[in-house]
Amino acid sequence: MKKLSVIAAGAALIAFAAGDAQAQATLDAIKKRGQVICGVSQSLPGFANPDAQGNWAGFDVDMCRAISAAIFGDAKRVKFVPTTAKERFTALQSGEVDLLARNTTWTMSRDVQLGFDFAGINFYDGQGFMAKKSLGVKSALELKGATVCTQTGTTTEQNLADFFRSNKMEYKVVAMEKNDEVLAAYDSGRCDVFTTDRSGLAADRTKLKVPNDHVILPEVISKEPLGPLSRHGDNNWNDIIRWSFFAMLNAEELGVDSKNVDEMKKSANPEIKRLLGVEGDFGKMLNLDNAWAYNIIKLVGNYGETYEKNVGPNTPIGLSRGVNALWSKGGLQYAPPIR
Amino acid sequence: MAVDVRDTARAPETPFWLDARYRAIMFQVILLVLVVGFAGYIFYNTYQNLQRRGIASGFDFLGSTAGFDIIMHLVPYAASESFGRALLVGLLNTLAVAAIGIVLATILGFVVGVARLSRNWLISRIASIYIEVIRNIPLLLQIIFWYQVLGKSTPGPRQSIDIGGLFFINNRGLYMPAPVTEPGFWLTPVAFAAGVVATIVMHRWARARQMATGQQFPVLWTALGLIFGLPILVLLVTGMPFHWDYPKLQGFNFSGGMVLIPEFISLTFALVIYTGAFIGENVRAGIMAVNHGQTEASYALGLRPGPTLRLVVIPQAMRVIIPPLTSQYLNLTKNSSLATAIGYPDLVAVFAGTVLNQTGQAVECIAITMGVYLFLSLTTSVFMNWFNRRVALKER
Repeated sequence: MKKLSVIAAGAALIAFAAGDAQAQATLDAIKKRGQVICGVSQSLPGFANPDAQGNWAGFDVDMCRAISAAIFGDAKRVKFVPTTAKERFTALQSGEVDLLARNTTWTMSRDVQLGFDFAGINFYDGQGFMAKKSLGVKSALELKGATVCTQTGTTTEQNLADFFRSNKMEYKVVAMEKNDEVLAAYDSGRCDVFTTDRSGLAADRTKLKVPNDHVILPEVISKEPLGPLSRHGDNNWNDIIRWSFFAMLNAEELGVDSKNVDEMKKSANPEIKRLLGVEGDFGKMLNLDNAWAYNIIKLVGNYGETYEKNVGPNTPIGLSRGVNALWSKGGLQYAPPIR
Repeated sequence: MAVDVRDTARAPETPFWLDARYRAIMFQVILLVLVVGFAGYIFYNTYQNLQRRGIASGFDFLGSTAGFDIIMHLVPYAASESFGRALLVGLLNTLAVAAIGIVLATILGFVVGVARLSRNWLISRIASIYIEVIRNIPLLLQIIFWYQVLGKSTPGPRQSIDIGGLFFINNRGLYMPAPVTEPGFWLTPVAFAAGVVATIVMHRWARARQMATGQQFPVLWTALGLIFGLPILVLLVTGMPFHWDYPKLQGFNFSGGMVLIPEFISLTFALVIYTGAFIGENVRAGIMAVNHGQTEASYALGLRPGPTLRLVVIPQAMRVIIPPLTSQYLNLTKNSSLATAIGYPDLVAVFAGTVLNQTGQAVECIAITMGVYLFLSLTTSVFMNWFNRRVALKER
């Protein structure tokens, strides 16, 4: 009922909101408020997870911090609002949050029908299944008759239906609202299989009592391009999110990271000069300071650094770069140049 | 002359806005205009904001493909059906919990209410402890508690508790055989309906006869015979035109038969236990509101304790019980929306949850959901008010 009232309040906000909360209003509002309000997952290790002191950490959290660094030159001026899969869109539509950086799949209906703009794809993902090893399942195609636990209000729920329908297999779905509830239901044996994006599976597996008792099945049943998004209509704000992300990618490609960024300012490479604001007025184009990208790299790091720190092979999540490597290294991550 | 006197004595013309009669109406008109205007403004503003932000609006989405599955559906449903169909599935799931919950909570409440007034010390103490404990713990906690208890105390499908090879209990639910009808079965429900009608007619006749002659008629046994005996007889005569579909363990789970999912069981159980405690208090209050002199008078007339309770005390107690009972029924129906916490696919979980999220049309989905609950509550109220008028004291 509480959740319902949150959504109802969001709907009411849409109803009462005065008309002209548009063009460039978001950046002005953020500057006035002194804080970016960022919608994140509730608890997903590696992506967005508060520690015992309430400090948020993770890959999506770093995206929010990068935007804060670009605007304020301070990575800490972010208010994190944990949202469930169900509430997140209402929260963004109603203006409760400035952006969502929260394992959200870019789909056509979300982009067009819900009134959002996706700023880019910062994580290429796909949906997978996790099952107990003791079941002896080797492939998702052996899941006929299985009970599957999933989170409600996600693309996962629909992909699941598509997958079983197209393979003419019967199944039962137990859909719950919070990811932790879904995982608890799977852990207690209510379901045979747990399904979400494969990055989420890797993250959630670390939360189980004995992670090695569970196996992630090889099939990837969908495309899940995840990325930050904002409300449709404020293009300046969307540009800031998009180029904050691209700046992190370009920095990795150019070999600029948080440790060498000060030396790199002296670099003769014109691309690096433009990135770090030594040449050109690229920050001003975004209504920001010219050191916007320098601040992101200095305070948060480049794309590769945040990946390795939060979800990379040396973390408990242990995801290799795979398709998320730079294009120059055989991956899909490719940023347009800053010029 | 008299007329002239009255005319001259009349006070000078009062302006109509100071006239008490017109003023009352005028204020009501102003209030109405303000309320309607405010509602209109909200509607217009919402529509404008949705338009400006490029968010789709309207109710067309109800016809498009849902694309997700629902674990419990009382009408045929698949992912290829529409969002409108998903709304119906969620609504029926809510109604199932509400209807079963209301019946069971009423029975439990009456038993507990009477037990609390029992002269047996142990019984009345047990009843009061139950009421005091259950009424004072938040319902949401109770729902989650029963769900966890059910989940933790039942084995996996392969180690199911087997009751005679017909019923199976495991952490996926309670499996039981399902009757599958064959041609010719339709006579049985017809016989059942006929039995119900005949019982009503018989009851009226028996009452009229008792009023006229004082002779009693064994209404209860005749009614049982008509309502249950007649359909069974028809079933035997038509040669049992149905067979049982038994649940069988296949692969991961049982298939075939019927299943009550644990979410349904724990939600209904929690709602019944919780609401039953409140109804128990209502019943106790109702019975205590009947003057003891009524019972003594009844005994003096030679009625035994059973008929005294049934014919003298309960009918008078009902007048006190029914109004609060109505609000308990409404509470139970509305509280069933807490189902979301344990993943039971009720109206809120399916429609205000999944459908809202898939379509993003929060305003429409919430409005429809609220409208449905309002409709359910008003329907319940109308029925209970009608019932209340029937049992109300008839002043002669």
